[in-house]
This record gives sequence, C-alpha cells and structure tokens, in this order.
Amino acid sequence: MPKDPSIKKVLVIGSGPIIIGQAAEFDYSGTQACRALKSEGIEVVLVNSNPATIMTDTHIADKVYVEPMTPEVLERVIEKEKPDSILPNLGGQTGLNLAMALARSGFLEKAGVRLLGARPETIDRAEDRQLFKDTMEKLGEPCIPSKVVENLPDALSFAQEIGYPVIVRPAFTMGGTGGGICADEEELREIGTNGLRLSPIHQVLIEKCIAGWKEIEYEVMRDGKGNVITVCNMENFDPVGVHTGDSIVVAPSQTLSDKEYQMLRTSALKIITELGIEGGCNCQFALKPDSFEYAVIEVNPRVSRSSALASKATGYPIAKVATKIAIGYSLDEITNEVTGQTCACFEPALDYVVVKFPKWPFDKFVYAKKTLGTQMMATGEVMAIAPTFEHAMMKAVTSVELGLESMTMPTVAALSDEEVVEKLSVCDSDRSFVVYEAIKRGVPFEVIYEKTKIDPWFLAKLQHLADVEKRLASEELTHDLLLEAKRCGFMDKTIRRLSGKELPEKIVASYKMVDTCAAEFAARTPYFYSSFDEENEAEEFIAAHPTDKKKVLVFGSGPIRIGQGIEFDYCSVHCTWVLKKHGCEAVLVNNNPETVSTDFDTGDRLYFDPLTPESVEHIIATEKPWACVVQFGGQTAIKLTKHLEAMGMKILGTSADAIDEAEDRERFDELLEKCGIPRPKGLTVFTCEEALAAGEQLGYPVLLRPSYVLGGQNMIIAYNEADVREYMAIITSHELENPVLVDKYLMGTECEVDAICDGEDFLIPGMMEHIERAGIHSGDSISVYPPQNLKQKIKGTIVDYTGRLARALNVVGLMNIQFVVYNDEVYIIEVNPRSSRTVPYISKVTGVPMVELAVRCMLGEKLRDMGYGTGLYPTGDTCAVKVPVFSFEKLHDVDTQLGPEMKSTGEVLGIAHTFEDALLKGLVAAGYEMRHPTPGKCVILTVKDADKPELLDIAWNFKDMGYKLYGTSGTAYYLSKNMIACNEVRKISEERPNIMDLFESGLVDYVVSTSSKGRMPSLDSVKMRRKAVELSIPCLTAVDTANALIKCLRSKKTIRDVELVDISEI
Amino acid sequence: MKAMLVLANGMVFEGKNFGAQGTRVGEVVFNTGMVGYEETLTDPSYYGQIITAAYPLVGNYGVNGEDAESSRIWAFGYIVREACETPSNFRCKKTLDAFLKEQNIIGLEGIDTRRLVRVLREAGVMNGALTTEYETAEAALADEKLMESIRSYAVTEAVKSVTTGEPEVFNEDGSYRVALFDFGCKRNIVRCLVKRGCRVAVVPAETTADQLKDMDLDGIMLSNGPGDPAENVQIIENLRDIAKMGLPIFGICLGHQLMALAQGAKTEKLKYGHRGVNQPVTDLAHGRTYITSQNHGYAVVGSSVDASVAEISAVNANDNTVEGLRYKNFDCFTVQFHPEACGGPRDTEYLFDEFIAMMAKRKGEA
Repeated sequence: MPKDPSIKKVLVIGSGPIIIGQAAEFDYSGTQACRALKSEGIEVVLVNSNPATIMTDTHIADKVYVEPMTPEVLERVIEKEKPDSILPNLGGQTGLNLAMALARSGFLEKAGVRLLGARPETIDRAEDRQLFKDTMEKLGEPCIPSKVVENLPDALSFAQEIGYPVIVRPAFTMGGTGGGICADEEELREIGTNGLRLSPIHQVLIEKCIAGWKEIEYEVMRDGKGNVITVCNMENFDPVGVHTGDSIVVAPSQTLSDKEYQMLRTSALKIITELGIEGGCNCQFALKPDSFEYAVIEVNPRVSRSSALASKATGYPIAKVATKIAIGYSLDEITNEVTGQTCACFEPALDYVVVKFPKWPFDKFVYAKKTLGTQMMATGEVMAIAPTFEHAMMKAVTSVELGLESMTMPTVAALSDEEVVEKLSVCDSDRSFVVYEAIKRGVPFEVIYEKTKIDPWFLAKLQHLADVEKRLASEELTHDLLLEAKRCGFMDKTIRRLSGKELPEKIVASYKMVDTCAAEFAARTPYFYSSFDEENEAEEFIAAHPTDKKKVLVFGSGPIRIGQGIEFDYCSVHCTWVLKKHGCEAVLVNNNPETVSTDFDTGDRLYFDPLTPESVEHIIATEKPWACVVQFGGQTAIKLTKHLEAMGMKILGTSADAIDEAEDRERFDELLEKCGIPRPKGLTVFTCEEALAAGEQLGYPVLLRPSYVLGGQNMIIAYNEADVREYMAIITSHELENPVLVDKYLMGTECEVDAICDGEDFLIPGMMEHIERAGIHSGDSISVYPPQNLKQKIKGTIVDYTGRLARALNVVGLMNIQFVVYNDEVYIIEVNPRSSRTVPYISKVTGVPMVELAVRCMLGEKLRDMGYGTGLYPTGDTCAVKVPVFSFEKLHDVDTQLGPEMKSTGEVLGIAHTFEDALLKGLVAAGYEMRHPTPGKCVILTVKDADKPELLDIAWNFKDMGYKLYGTSGTAYYLSKNMIACNEVRKISEERPNIMDLFESGLVDYVVSTSSKGRMPSLDSVKMRRKAVELSIPCLTAVDTANALIKCLRSKKTIRDVELVDISEI
Repeated sequence: MKAMLVLANGMVFEGKNFGAQGTRVGEVVFNTGMVGYEETLTDPSYYGQIITAAYPLVGNYGVNGEDAESSRIWAFGYIVREACETPSNFRCKKTLDAFLKEQNIIGLEGIDTRRLVRVLREAGVMNGALTTEYETAEAALADEKLMESIRSYAVTEAVKSVTTGEPEVFNEDGSYRVALFDFGCKRNIVRCLVKRGCRVAVVPAETTADQLKDMDLDGIMLSNGPGDPAENVQIIENLRDIAKMGLPIFGICLGHQLMALAQGAKTEKLKYGHRGVNQPVTDLAHGRTYITSQNHGYAVVGSSVDASVAEISAVNANDNTVEGLRYKNFDCFTVQFHPEACGGPRDTEYLFDEFIAMMAKRKGEA
C-alpha cells in the first residue's frame, strides 16, 4: 500500500506547553512527523501554543499557528487552511483529546477532514475505562479486577471474590482521599466505611491490589495492512504502584524469560490489532513475580513518552514511521533508515542495556512531598546506554545532575542503619539510593525485597556496584580492579577519591554504535555510546568518513527541569543545523531521550552520553574536534566550560573567562563598576550570622540566593530576620561550595533583552517587559514583546548598557540581560553570556534567526555583514505575550505563590496585533478559563499588607463586574475601610464554616492571594492556595497578574474575536 | 579461570571461563535474540556450533528445565558478554554456569561480544575453538594441531547425531495422526501439534515411505535440524517417495530445505545465516509481513525453484531469501522460519492450523 495520493495538506496538532507528564518528547515526535510529511510533498499546517519548540519553526511546517489549543481555535484554523486530513496521535494527550473533540462534535466530518492513524471509536476503547475493560474482556486479556460498589456488604463480597489485598478508591474525592490498601476483611470494613462516607456520591471502587507486581511496557506498531511489530519492551525497576514516568526504566526487560516476554508481546499485539490502530501504541502490563499471571494496566493509543524513550533506546524512529503509516505506507514498504538496507517491519535487537532515570523537581521544591505514586511528578528524564546494567545505571545517575558521582547519596549515607531500613518502606524519589545504601550496609535482599518489591536481579546489580565501591576504598588499585570500576561506570575522580590514589593508568572510552540490529547488519547511523570495551566504532566511522570540514562539538542541556527546559534543546539543535550549513561537521552530545537533539540525524554524529567533564573528555579523545560550543546547552553545558578550557579545547564564542566574570559575584561587581552600570546593592555571605548582618546593612527586603544558580533555584525574598534564618538553615544543610548572595530587593519593572554580539557590535532583536514586578522570577512572569510602558529614555539606557556589557565581556554569540527599572533608574540584575529561555520565541516573533546569527558570529562573521543591522532591531506590528504554565496540580504541598524561585514548567505564547489581544490569547492558551460572573459567584481576596493599597483597584473591578467579594479579616477590613464592601470569611484555623467551605461551595471564580511568608505547607495561606489548585480555581499570587487578567476580562473580548496569526507570514 | 576463543583467521578473544573446561572446536555463529537462551542452547539445530549471544546479559532468569527444547544442550559452546551469577525468576532452578557445567559445555564470558559479532558478520561464520587449556593467545595460535583442527572442522553427520533412535508417541488419543520426522526436532513442534489435537509419532530421520505406510497417518511433519542439508542424501531420497504418499506435509527449517532438495531445488550456505527472533518474513499470498524466529545457516536458492514444482510463498523482507515454498503437485508447504517459536514470537503459529486444516480436508471434515 503506497502513500495515499488524496492526502495533500495535513494539520498536525502539537502538545502545547511543557507540563509534568507531557514534556519535550512531543516536540521530538511532532517534528519528526512534520518532516516526514514534508518529505512526502505534503503541506503541513501546525498548531502548537508552545513557542519554545522546534516544530513551530517555519521551516519545519508550512503554516505555523502559535495559538491557544482549544477546539474553537482549531476549528478556525481548519476553516482557514482547509487541510484534508489531521494527524492527531503525535501531540500527546493534548493533541489527541483535541482531535477527538473535533471528531465527536461532528466538525471534522462537516469540514471534510479525515482523521489519520486513529478512529474515535478506537481511541474511546483505549481511553474510556468501561469500554477498555469490555474490549479486554472480549480479547480474553486480563484487566485488574475492579467493581464500583455503594455499600459495605457489596464491597466485602467483591473483595472475597477477587481476593485480598484490595484497594479502595472513593469516587470524586481529591487525590484519592479516603482510599487505601486493605490487606484483609477487617481493614476493608474500616477503610471501606470511611471511603463510602467521604465520597460525595457514596461510591467506591474496589480494585484488586497488584502493588509489587512487575511493571512491563511494550511499544507496538501496526500498519493498515495489519502488520504488527513490537519496537521495544521495557521493565520498570520500581514495581507497579509508581507511575512509569517516575520509575527507573530498563530496556529491554531483564528478568523475563522468553515465555513471559512472548506472552506479553502476544497480548500487546492482540490489543493493537483489536483496536485497529494504524501507528504506534504503548501497552503497560503488570506481571505477577511468582507466576504467569498478568494484567493489562493501560493502553495509550498514540505516540507517548515511552515511545520516545523506545525510539532513542533502539534507534527505531517510531514517530516518523507512525507518520508514514498514517499516510498510507505499510511497514514493509518503509526502509529502516539505520541500516539503509533492511525494512522497518522488524523488531530491533539491542546489544546493550538502557536505563532511564527520572528528573524530579524536588531539589527546587524543598517542601514538596517526594512520595511517588500513581501521579507522575518528574519534569524530565535522562537515558543512559551501556553494555552492562551497572554502567548504564551509573551513567544515568551522574547525568541527572543531583551532584552524585555514584549511587551513594550523602544525605542517605548519613542515616543510621535503623533509619535506612525504615526508609526502605518509603517510596519516594530517593528510594533507589536508599536501597543502595541498605545493600552497602549488608541488609539482606529478602528484607529489601519484602519492603520494596524491587526484583532481586536489580538488587544484585546494585550489590556489584556497592562491592566495587568498597573494593576501591580498601584494595590495591590493580589494572583489573580499575578496569572493572570503569566498566561499572565509576569516574576517574571518584576512583581517585575512593582509593586515595592516583590512577595507575588512563583507561579511555571506546564507542559502540546503536544500530537497531545488534550488529547483524552494517549500519550507517552515527549514533554512539561509550563503553570500556576493545573496539572503538566511532573512531572507525570517523576514519571511514574523512572530511576537510572543521569539527565542532555541541553540548545539549540534559534533562528537562524547571528553569532549563525545551528552549535549550531548540538552541542546541539550531546551532547544530547552522554549523552544518556553514561547512562544519557538528557533533552532538546529550543524554535526554525526549529531544530533537538526540535524534540521530540532527547532527553529523550523536553521542548519547553523560554531560560530565570526564564523559566529554573521552568523546573529545575520539572525536578530536576543532572546537566546542557551550552557549546553547543551558547551565549544564556552561558548567563544562572550565573543564574544556583546562583540556585545552577551543570554545567557540564568549570565552570561559568572560563566563566566569559574569557569574562570579566579585568579578561581576568590578565589571559593572568599570562599565558604570548600577546594580542593586549586594553582599556575599557564607554563614547565617553574615547573612543577618547583610540584611541589616542593606535594609529589608533582601533577595537571598546561592551564586551559580539556575532558574532561581533556592532563591527567596526575605522580609525579616526570621526568613533569613529559615533560608540559611536549609542552604547550609548542604556543603557550601559557593557563597550565598544577599541583594537589596528593588520592586520595580523587570525588563529583559537577548542580544547577539560579535565582539564589536551587538544586535538586540527584541526587548521584553515583564508584567509582574521584579521579585518574581523572569521565567514565571508574563513577558511582553515589545515593551508597552517603557519610556524611550529607559529603552535607550537598556540598549546602551547592553552594548557596554557586550564589549566589556567581549561576548561573541548570545547574551541575556535582566534589568529592573526602579524610580526611572535602570539597574542590572543578572547577565548570562549564553542562550536563554526567550531565544526561541523572540526569534519567531521578530523574524531574526538568533541562533543562526550567534553561531555565525562565533565562526567569525560580523553582524554588520548579516543584513539584520546592529543595535535595537526595529519592532514589527505584532505583539507577543509569553505566559508561564505551571504543573501545581501534580506536585503536592508546593506553594503556588510566585517568587524569585522559578516554578513554571512551560510556557505559551499569545501573538496578535495589539497587546490586549495577545494577552488574551496568552492567558487562554495558558489555561485561564476567563470566567465571567454569574449570580452568586464570588472572588476571594487575601493579601499581605504591602499589597493592600494596590488591591483596592482590583477589588473594585471585580465588584464592578458583578462579583461578590470575600476576604480574610485583614483584607476584608482594609477594603471595607476603603469603601469597597467585602465579606469577611473565617480562616482555615478558625471555626467552620470557614474559607475551606467557601471553596467547596463551587461559587469561587477567582482567588487573589499573596503572603509575605510562603513555602511551608503547614501555613494557612499555602493550604488555601493548594485548595484552589485542587479545585482548579484560578489563583493569582501577584497583584500585577491580577491587574492583567482584569484588563482582559473587562475588555469582554473572547478568543473568537481575535484574528489568527500564521507566524510564517511575520 | 581464563578461557578464550581462537578463530580460524587467527583472531583470539580472551575472557573468563564459565561452564565446563577443556577445548572444543565448532562453527562460531551469533544469535541476536535478547531472551530465550535456554531454548537456544537446547535447540538441536545448533549442533556443531559455538553460539555467541549478541545481547550482553545472559542468564538473568536462570535455567528452569521447562523451557528446554530437547533433553540436552546441543551447541558446542556458548559465548556471552556477562553470564549472570545471580539470576532471578520464579521458575529459576539453576544458573547458566551450573547448566553448562552439568552438560559439559564450555562457556566464555567477559569478551567484547559486539566486536565478535561484527567479525562474523563481515567474514561470515567461521570455525573456532573455545578453550581453557592455554595460558596465552600466542600459545594457542602456536599449537598447530589445534589450528589444524579448527581449519578442518566441518559440521557433518549432524542429523544423525541428533535424531531420535526410537519412535515415540505423544497424545495417543489425538484425532489427527501425524508422523513427525525428527531431524533435530524442537519440543515445541510436538506441543504445537498436540495442542491442536494431533497424535504425534516422532520417527527417526531416515524413516522411509514404506515404514510410514502402516501407520495410518493423516499428515507428515518435517522438523528443523542442524547441518548442511545437502549431506542428507538418503533422507532426501526418502522424501521423494514420501511426497508421493498423498499425505499433507508441513516442513520447518531443515525439513523445508530437505523437501526442496528432494524436489530438485538447491540450497546454499548464507554468509552468516539468520539467527534471532526478529526476522521479517513476507507471506506473498496475503502481502502480510510477520516477525519470525529463525535459526539457519543454509537457505533454498530461489532461482533453483522450478515454478512448475513449487511456488515461493514467502520471502525474507530484509534480504529476499526464500522463506516458504508451496508445492504444486502434492499437498505440501514448508517454511524456513520457526512457527513453533521458543524462543521468539508466536505470530506464525497459525501455520499449524493450516496444516490441521489440510489434514481435516483430506479426511473429509468440514
């Protein structure tokens, strides 16, 4: 079945902003899809609200709509562009849900648009609980037995039928409140009674408890002819009970015999065949560890995070193949691009082990509950490939940027034996490290298995690592021991530290190819991972492909995390493309499977390996590059600068010294002084006493943060001594390598520029102004291009300061500067001589290809020869508003109040011809429902004293719109005193009914809540904001955000009134 | 203990011994399956061969006895990157090391198996010796006797070595009476037939048409097996007569090759064969491609198949080699791959149903 000739124009739906559970993997899959379609001569229309993506580049799709992802917007895009088909299954759950909504409403049929790769009935059968169960039953595939009951006798009799333990899940309670695992009838009587009482509809689901079973996944594909294959299977280190996104995952499965492997494989193929999916599908199974009993847990009828992982783990491009299937090709007609000679209708054979390790945001959210369960909490992940599990695990652990060199975690190592054993029962993000520590302490496997249900096979591998770690500390460092340690993934510096000796020899890594076929066929993919084996295939590959081109290493940015997201992948990938275009050979290094940068055909070669100094050193030994680029890989790549320089590597662009000058507080102060640029006064401290003295000297409020930070990690505004004490206690609990910075906090307008510099001239493509005043991290602020309120003089100063800094630091490439405008004075907050979060979106809305120009500067070209001018680039007629998106509902106990520490996981962009329209688009795209008052609806106001004067206007507006106002005592009193009628509502700690009951009433449309203290989950204000999150009530934690929202609400415009913008026409 | 693989081309891979000790010469091949080592080791088709596992971690779930495809290990040696000493699986009875020791098979671990696979891929399968009896590679290479035994090695009399001596009957009360030729039969062929209601009489490889006559058969199954198909002159001769018996015949792997030879086609040795569980086979009649389990070093030469005798019913989607034949003048179809799987995918097990249907048709059943 060749390509369907009737498909000429396809709408591809992206996945929107990065949120927990839906990260960069869909930029990877969407980009592959767009490119596959274009290569078939099909016109591509793309809709995605996330501007930091590669798929929204105008050379990836023909028409690009960075618009809110709602059914109405999609309908309008379809009406305007008239695509003949829609590709729904590559944009995550968001893309799939939107496409299904359009299909169900009958719109697609009416518009004559075909749904490719999936049918709505199919999707329902995978996603609807009951239909899914029915389908599995029809196939004879076991599901987890469960039943909805409304009284205790029914619960007891069903439990009797399926056997204990069972899980009680009350209907309609938040976060599983009132549920639990019951080991026997007695417990079910207690928990069941409670659950029935707590459920508002007195209904609970009784489900067989399979916690502790093995969790196994299969990635399967099917084409229109009915050919079916499994691309990869994976085994979770953590048994059922922990979301697979929060699990350490190993590919292929390790503890399954052929019988179990084939049993589940057959089941997965039966399921995809029955569902009639044409494309990719993910099947998750629970497998009882002591029998062949299994259950189908979940089926995702689309390309998923797991399929991105499977693609990178095997080299099999699932998204590309799924796209080709969607337009009519069958698997046997598609070539396996890796070998170039075999077909895509086969199953990859691995000859290595892959380990995926999640990246959690708990290093940022110190008060968040770290317990892992069925709700995913990781923001990103790393993947590691090695010939052994031990090596892959160690690569993963060193890649995930927890500051670890081995599985020994200092905080866990500090626990007593009893504490370690006790902690084994806690399933949180430290679990693998606790298990490792327990093994080191000699806790028997049976005890560990009993508490964790982690398969003894994995425990034995960790035991091996622990043994090597011990031997390094106690035995003579022989060649054999050294080689064993290297093959287990210990870094030279770790071996040196553990043994206390210099290494007797240097063992250099050799590289193996990821080729989909375990070397059965000669492959042409330049996709490598390191080993300490004999043969270096990368070296062979390089020798076999001689070139005169200059070879440049480009570093990616590692796992997606708050503060370092997909935008850096965008920059790294663009850098690679530009280098290639300008006659260089570009070699990528990264460890994140969710990205375009780790696609094997992005660069000339790909090294899927850790971004540690040693790992990079080994790659350099094989590649012998002419130069390296660190500017585009975020702080992860910047951190390598010093080491690269020590290795004698040429670094393209801004020098290592200049980077240090911008990051080292004292040197930076000197620099600013030299340039005559003011900054908020600040001091450097190491101890709590020094911090208190600094606070005293500068005057409160002050900003506290460690130097060398990313995304405002561990940054707070301290209003008094108590805040300083609390903060210093936390920060000094870790070893302080770098000092803490204490700055005077200026509450002014925050502005930001990205500039491209060639060492002489600079170009600012666009200036941005933040809606929220300084004090809220720039990544969490609503940012507006071009500035709406800045005076010409201020803009002039900003341009002037930018030029001075560019020259003083001799920046070559990109630079991001943040300013605060306070009392008409411009102060510098921060300079980052590297690419920034805003580069992708400014590139898109200004039409200035920033990464391209930066790379050309780095290669020696001059800005004045590039045709974009110098200085401030003229502003176009579009306005763009970037709105942050948070994942608060996924993170328990995290305070939603915005502050200097970044909390958003992603962003959306609203583009329009006026600021108001752009803001509306941005807010809608970010998920604000733009509720308007209906009878009885109210707004809750509770703000800190400093915000009260400014609240008056906000309160008046809400009131004037028709909302009833409620406030806690202080706020209500203040408003009433100022002639705005406001009802007082009792606080959480006060007698009921209180504010919590008001929340539950369903009458609250908005909450404005600010408090001088935050963070601690036990505080009333934090609890209240969490309640708002749980109930999906918009909660504004800055008066500036509230004002912006009110402006939109009062304009009465809806998204229907605002014109669509195709950014390929900007 | 040290062990090494000495290849005919003079390359030596030095590693660690597991399993038995000593020296054993064989043909070195590689298998790309990631699971199923117990099935592989006990598959009689590997007679005379030293198997290299491309997947690095072998023995993870131990050896359980239940998954054995015959009564013993037939391979001459086993090379893995890492033999797991701490297996974990509810059916695990012993380690891979213990299994090899018990069966007196030499194992080599700790070598760069990917490098070895690449050597075999480029040079083709090659003879070699697994040995624990030399101190150094130089010493082994200098032993002209050893080197000569490697160079002169050929897998011969393979079928004779593995076939059953005595007929054996499974599922006495089965409704279809099948004679299963044991050229080196995997147990799962028996299971697949029994599961479908067959009475299976396993017969020795050289059984003749005359000997089959009195068995009141409904069909004949030709099993897989080891070695160069062309060396089985007598069996090929016998098959010519057996084809004339008018019974439905289904052949797998060696059985497929032997019937092809009997009907005038030729076989050839592939450079490095197909050994794994991920080989795509396109069924030309239906246009569907299936993932199959394979283990063969020889194949039927496509151009040697006389179109009036048989049609090529399936080909390998990677290299277009013959994967299936359907005979025109008698009731027979044969496949190169392993529909009985074990290890590997079960996607083509339906072929046994086709065989059953042929027998049912002949018996006049609906």
